[in-house]
Amino acid sequence: MLPELYNYWVVIILMMIGFYIVIVQGNLIKKLIGLNIFQTSVFIFYISVGKVAGGSAPIVAEGVSVYSNPLPHVLILTAIVVGIATMALALALVVRIKNAYGTVEEEELQERDLRC
Amino acid sequence: MLAGIYGLLSASFFVSMDAVDVAFTEAAVGAGVFPLLMLTALTVAGRYEQTAHRRPRAAFFLVLVTGALLILGTLDMPPFGSPDAPAHTHVAARYIQASPTEIGIPNMVTSVLADYRAFDTLGEVVVVFTAVVGVLILLTSGEQRQQSSPANAVETMRSHMILRVVSKMLIPLMLLFALYVQFHGEYGPGGGFQAGVIFAAAIILYAMLFGLAKAQAAIKPSILRLLAAFGVLLYGGVGVVSFLTGVNYLDYSRLAADPVAGRHIGILVIELGVGITVAAAMILIFYAFAGYATGRVEAE
Amino acid sequence: MLSHLPILQVIVPLLAAPACLLLDRARAAWLFACMASLVSVAISGLLVFQVHQFGALSYSLGGWDAPWGIEYRIDLLSAYVLLIVSGIGALMMLAANTAIRTEVPSERQPLFYVLYMLCLAGLLGIVATGDIFNVFVFLEISSLATYALIAQGRDRRALWAAYQYLIVGTIGATFILIGIGFLYSLTGTLNMQDLANRLPALENSATAFTAFAFLMVGVCLKLALFPLHLWLPNAYAYAPSIVTAFLAATATKVAVYLLIRFHFSVFGVGFAASVLPLHSIFLVLGLVGVFVASLVAIQQPNVKRLFAYSSVAQIGYMIIGIGIGSATGLQATLLHLFNHALMKGALFLALAAVVFRFGSADIRHFAGLGQRMPWTMAIIVIGGLSLIGVPGTVGFISKWYLVLAALERDWWPLVIAVLLGSLLAVIYIWRLVEVAYFRKGEDEVCREAPLSLLIPTAILALANIYFGIDTRLPVYLSDSAAQMLFGGGP
Repeated sequence: MLPELYNYWVVIILMMIGFYIVIVQGNLIKKLIGLNIFQTSVFIFYISVGKVAGGSAPIVAEGVSVYSNPLPHVLILTAIVVGIATMALALALVVRIKNAYGTVEEEELQERDLRC
Repeated sequence: MLAGIYGLLSASFFVSMDAVDVAFTEAAVGAGVFPLLMLTALTVAGRYEQTAHRRPRAAFFLVLVTGALLILGTLDMPPFGSPDAPAHTHVAARYIQASPTEIGIPNMVTSVLADYRAFDTLGEVVVVFTAVVGVLILLTSGEQRQQSSPANAVETMRSHMILRVVSKMLIPLMLLFALYVQFHGEYGPGGGFQAGVIFAAAIILYAMLFGLAKAQAAIKPSILRLLAAFGVLLYGGVGVVSFLTGVNYLDYSRLAADPVAGRHIGILVIELGVGITVAAAMILIFYAFAGYATGRVEAE
Repeated sequence: MLSHLPILQVIVPLLAAPACLLLDRARAAWLFACMASLVSVAISGLLVFQVHQFGALSYSLGGWDAPWGIEYRIDLLSAYVLLIVSGIGALMMLAANTAIRTEVPSERQPLFYVLYMLCLAGLLGIVATGDIFNVFVFLEISSLATYALIAQGRDRRALWAAYQYLIVGTIGATFILIGIGFLYSLTGTLNMQDLANRLPALENSATAFTAFAFLMVGVCLKLALFPLHLWLPNAYAYAPSIVTAFLAATATKVAVYLLIRFHFSVFGVGFAASVLPLHSIFLVLGLVGVFVASLVAIQQPNVKRLFAYSSVAQIGYMIIGIGIGSATGLQATLLHLFNHALMKGALFLALAAVVFRFGSADIRHFAGLGQRMPWTMAIIVIGGLSLIGVPGTVGFISKWYLVLAALERDWWPLVIAVLLGSLLAVIYIWRLVEVAYFRKGEDEVCREAPLSLLIPTAILALANIYFGIDTRLPVYLSDSAAQMLFGGGP
């Protein structure tokens, strides 16, 4: 049982690294990198689900009868695009925050808010 | 830079999992768009850092619990790679068996993406559109930005003579490749999204080397806005045409006399819509970031 | 065209958004957006009628039957929520033109309407779809639009609030995505009905349990259920007033809808009860949420923030309704969806009028407001009474059903707790009333809000009273929807 699942576990560890960075990091940009790792590892998880042992890429070819599952690929294509769209928006926000506050550190942000 | 390597690594992982389409996208996004955005944002936001960490223990505990729950969840999952997992035998089996005859194109990912689940893809294009509108509303404040960039542009041109020459040859090739990916998506990996990103990358390369102002003069932001909206409308419009032919939304079967030929046309048109919106959106996002950055540098 | 109504409901606002961008004139974009949102109200009205007549509608996108293609599925529950969301969306849109005049710079206004329409389309899409991955896609459309809209507030703290919401919202969405992934790997399908058919056989699977847990936590992050509510007060307080009014009346409702949909339709009522004490968790969190948020609300100097905390408290009531675990409890929740949309819509829109005149919703501006802006203040009082749950307003109806549901189970402490919660609402509403009517304002002259803002607000306030007296429509819809959810699959 165990060796059959180790692939998922590695992905989960990666996922949790990303999640941890999101929570702990005080720097807004690093938080986003954490978020990116978190999301990407979920993508890897999906693609792992779609893998079929001995299968090949889901493009019809001569002499191939076992294909990997195309559905998770489609879902993840969508999810990647959603992810990058979120990142673009998030970075735009960070840029504006830097401009308005002069910092991208969470603690300084809170300090400056309290002062005024 | 590390993010870029991470992107490439995950892309190669996807290849090993036979997900070539996904790998292609991740390579374009993870190793291209994301680091590029990061870099532009960093130039504005500065990169000094602080070592203040908040409540790492509580966070660590939370992460541990979440991770444990996930591991628990995998215990009852079908083994990795097993061909008779429900994920492969239920819905997906039909895609693999029937799509070559129902849709008539060899790339199953494209079949599912652009036909069986075309509405998700419409949603995806709208997400890109939302992001670009969001970035624009956040980063454009009109005035003063435009005139400041030419000086900046001249400087960039002088300092990178070799790059300029090489890229002059490279950019047309990239544009051609984008077109190839756009229209070849039915047969090999690729499609509207990847093509759009490559196309945008070519323009962005141009803008980086020759200056933002020159790029904006060649491809005007106002036209890009129109294109971004047009791509979504084109995609959505195909669905409306389906209504008129008397079938459900995004059902392409009556776009031509033969349903399979109709599906071909439908897929081509919507992929074009995707490509147009994505390319326009990516360039616009880059313009917005770069314009904001130069505007700020000048202001200081 | 009638058979295409389910999809038209979503694509009308969805395609109106890029069209608005093409117009590129604030006024033209606004008129167009108004038209589109009115059309979508008409569609949702027709949908309610159709579902009432013929039962649940199913619409296969692309002509591919579920589970291969994406299915739109409108049953009574979704028709009911669609009506709430599109109705509020249109009313807010009518008021938006005036409300954002002082809050959003003119060159950004066309883009503002584009985002508003995208947000509306995203919310409607979440409710209409019967495909679990499609939920994720439309959730992200509405969320991305929401982040950008919140960041439009004039205070720089709006940016910070939007960023925090973005992080929390994306974590929530990723949790939902993980949940969907587990479900898919277990069942091989993404269609909700198909899932509902296949899940009972897998009830004891740890994977199904994990999927359920992740979906619930993800939705609760979006829902701002106590203690996951920390993003909400800032986001509501600093967003442009019209955005606050729109979000408070719709976005949380859609999140509650998702919670109900996942919980009752996809997993089935029995599932949660058999694996974990979800209902008790909901009861406890709901109650604690009501009390903590109400107590915090009492101390807020900013009235927008006050009502934001009160929203967290009201979400608590909705969750209590689910936690009671009976059809009457669920009906109370559904009624409160409708009623809370009406009261918070009216209250936040009235606040938009105050912000329009004063530039902020600080409580010191309320001194003497009873004389200066009598209509606006009257509306706030009506909304406040409704929030407390005074008979004759909609607030009373939802509290009444909640108490009924508690009595059905003989849970007296819960009844008392609900009444105590209402007392807390009396305190923070009274504070406003006292300042507005019994304290003299400074001498600056100030007029009543413009009619274009006042009329939509008044409509909402009147709806508060009308549906408080003539309760047939919401009671009938929520009753049938609750019965349907308890009577088995969707």
